[in-house]
Amino acid sequence: MSHDHSHEAHGHAHVHHHEENFITKYVFSQDHKMIAKQFLITGIVMGVLGMLMSMVFRLQLGFPDMDMAFLKPFLGKWISVDDTTGFGKLDPNFYLALITIHGTIMVFFVLTAGLSGTFSNLLIPLQCGARDMASPFLNMLSYWFFFLSSLVMFCSLFVEDGPASPGWTVYPPLSALPKALPGSGTGMTLWLISMIFFIVSALLGGMNYITTVLNMRTKGMKMSRMPLTIWAFLLTAVLGLLSFPVLFGGSLLLVMDRSFGTSFYLSDIPVELTGGIERTGGSPVLFQHLFWFLGHPEVYIILMPALGITSEVIATNSRKPIFGYRAMIISLLGIAFLSFIVWAHHMFITGMNPFLGSVFMVTTLIIAVPSAVKTFNYLTTLWRGNIQFTPAMMFAIGLVSFFIAGGLTGIFLGNAALDINLHDTYFVVAHFHIVMGSAAIFGMFSGIYHWFPKLFRRHMNKAAGYVHFWLTFISAYGVFFPMHFIGLAGVPRRYYANTAYESFDVWMDVNQFITICALLGGLAQVIFLINFFYSIRKGRKSEQNPWKSNTLEWTAPVEHLHGNWPGEIPTVYRWPYDYSNPNYTEDFVPQNVPHEGQTDENQEFEHPHPTT
Amino acid sequence: MSTETTALKKTKSIWAGGFSPFNVSYGKLMMWIFLLSDAFTFSSLLVAYGTIRFSHPSPPHGQVVIEGQTIKPLGHVPEKFVELLGETKNTEGITYFSKQHWPSPELVFNHFPGLHGLHLPLFFVSLMTFILIFSSVTMVLAVEAGHRMDQNSVRKYMFYTILGGLAFLSCQAWEWTQFITEGASLHGNPFGPTAFAALFFIVTGFHGFHVFSGVVLNFIIYLNTINGTYAKRGHYEMIEKVGLYWHFVDLVWVFVFTFFYLI
Ligand code: HEM
Ligand SMILES: [Cu+2]
Repeated sequence: MSHDHSHEAHGHAHVHHHEENFITKYVFSQDHKMIAKQFLITGIVMGVLGMLMSMVFRLQLGFPDMDMAFLKPFLGKWISVDDTTGFGKLDPNFYLALITIHGTIMVFFVLTAGLSGTFSNLLIPLQCGARDMASPFLNMLSYWFFFLSSLVMFCSLFVEDGPASPGWTVYPPLSALPKALPGSGTGMTLWLISMIFFIVSALLGGMNYITTVLNMRTKGMKMSRMPLTIWAFLLTAVLGLLSFPVLFGGSLLLVMDRSFGTSFYLSDIPVELTGGIERTGGSPVLFQHLFWFLGHPEVYIILMPALGITSEVIATNSRKPIFGYRAMIISLLGIAFLSFIVWAHHMFITGMNPFLGSVFMVTTLIIAVPSAVKTFNYLTTLWRGNIQFTPAMMFAIGLVSFFIAGGLTGIFLGNAALDINLHDTYFVVAHFHIVMGSAAIFGMFSGIYHWFPKLFRRHMNKAAGYVHFWLTFISAYGVFFPMHFIGLAGVPRRYYANTAYESFDVWMDVNQFITICALLGGLAQVIFLINFFYSIRKGRKSEQNPWKSNTLEWTAPVEHLHGNWPGEIPTVYRWPYDYSNPNYTEDFVPQNVPHEGQTDENQEFEHPHPTT
Repeated sequence: MSTETTALKKTKSIWAGGFSPFNVSYGKLMMWIFLLSDAFTFSSLLVAYGTIRFSHPSPPHGQVVIEGQTIKPLGHVPEKFVELLGETKNTEGITYFSKQHWPSPELVFNHFPGLHGLHLPLFFVSLMTFILIFSSVTMVLAVEAGHRMDQNSVRKYMFYTILGGLAFLSCQAWEWTQFITEGASLHGNPFGPTAFAALFFIVTGFHGFHVFSGVVLNFIIYLNTINGTYAKRGHYEMIEKVGLYWHFVDLVWVFVFTFFYLI
């Protein structure tokens, strides 16, 4: 009875077939697979933008005496060209704008919306066995709010005084007083508007993901049989749903401070900046608390989908059951919970009570435990596996490498006593680019290579994939590893040039090396882009289950159907990691294959032990 | 055999897929999730309130003299308080509000429309609270009538709920107007620290916006009820979903009230 009821809801999508035109099929599509592609393409476009920005400021940092006149056609008045010599220099204020927009784009637009948006949309219905998201309409709105948000952020680049410049964390008073910096004016207002759209998009998406996972799973898809990708997307959505509203509240107050004369975050502001109103009684540290209550969970919002993708890709391509399936779920739950009680480790030097600091230090260090569980489980899954080195697998292994390398420096930074020295130096830049930037980007690439056949029914070129992997891997370490040393030597982040300080200037050669690596990394992405767009049109056609994988998405036909499966949705009889099960001749057993003697999809059979 | 499998299903199938583990439709679940999220938005604003509130000293009890402070006679207010506190005269140097102290809400919100010159601490806002809670009750009745498929009762109770919402919004408009005519604004507050007024406007405004949206939603489902949309659909679940939202807005008000008027 109850089964019938839900299938009625599922079935609805593919029962009445209405004619689709270009607009409903490609633009305002309500099909989760199309929305996934929209998120992916928008994410890639934003990613290219963010990367180009990093190239510009890397040139500035590595070669401060360079003639930048050639950038004049692109950056206009932000390059000041000397009339007599024709020598071009980057505007220092624009440098600040560049790093701010770079950070914002990478964190929110590429690795939050681009990553979660793409893979949650693609995989949640397909891997849970649902015809579509719970509410396809809200899902469509989620994409379009994201699009609007990207558009506003993009337009803010063309504002007279330049885009927002107070850093991606937009701390007041820089962000609250329109006169504080050129980029604190209209650019900052647009930044806030863009973020508010972004938050709406994230909430609409998140509500859908959670509801779909909880309510729409197919028969037999118990929580304890869900692929780890789905667990990761579910918890990511929960984190977003509970933390983005706090940024929303915080931004609302910031908008009031900026535009309506309140002083929630302002105290003792000099008269020149106040605009004739008394600006006192607020607290800039309050903003930091509200921001980081989102900001820390945000790094896990970025990382967890990548970890989920990695679990799936590593198990499939090691042809082995994932090691410690339950431990993986418990550690995800642990990370999700702990990520809400560590935020003040970003605020050790704000003058907060040192006792409070030590509490946050302890919670921060405890997060290392579930993270280590995940790392070891990846390694033990790989251990003596029959490893298929597909490009997706290479990137997944790359993620594990970055997760370890960046996780270790996290333990340094989590110690309040050390962080007092390291805060706001390049050590921090190195840490978060490795653990969050590179690891998550590698997870995203891994997902793209792995599910490209599901998205576009074709394969990407493998050889180009390997070249892309090795160049990216080497250049990412080349860029971010030396930054640790610069940071330990005290070189601060967000500085336009370090040449004025003897002790920072000595690192010039290292900075040049970093910039060259960054350019190499940029080149690698060109290979990826060509491969990606070429393969969409011309790639090798994919069979239904190219990686011999167990999860449900590979039981759906290659052609995209509205409703995913032509007939009934498959029933699930087993967990998703039945690889190399000695009782079967094939080395994989899809989830919809019953065990021998299984009469009911709810019967549990013991998982096979990892092969030895 | 068959009894065995049903027994199995009963004990094991709650989270086993195929139907909702909570036994609710996706729409209702989504509303719950949205409300959870919205609760965090309000929490962030109330945390901001708490932080700023407790960075100021509490309102002084009774009569205080703060040296060097010129008293702004706030219209009729001080005199009235003096009477209430049994003072014989309003001497220079006596003040009930200061720039340093968080004002005492009973002294700020003590008016009632139509009753001039009376000190009625928090009477009006209690009335507002009562109205809102009452409209939640009528909402419950509407939901209950929906379960009985009683279109007429649903219509009636939805109408009362909308009236309640509108009454609350009107009261809020009056309260704001009163506060503003006394000189409060987003960057000024005659009763003490500026932040008091700014927080008041933001938090009650944000809540008021929720009430307003709720009234709009209520109105839409009221029209749908009249048109028989839900009767045709065979269930009144939409009323339940909007009802959840309406109760939430009511609950949030209880917190807002506690923070602003009682703390
Ligand atoms: C394309 C390769 C990348 C390069 C060469 C690069 C380089 C840099 C550098 C040098 C800075 C510091 C600038 C300064 O403090 O003066 C920076 C800032 C930042 N980057 Fe990247 N980055 C890259 C990719 C990424 C990715 C994938 C992320 C995603 C997490 C990211 C997120 C950030 C953030 C959040 C900041 C801080 C911005 C701020 O200070 O407000 N970057 N990047
Ligand atoms: Cu953190």
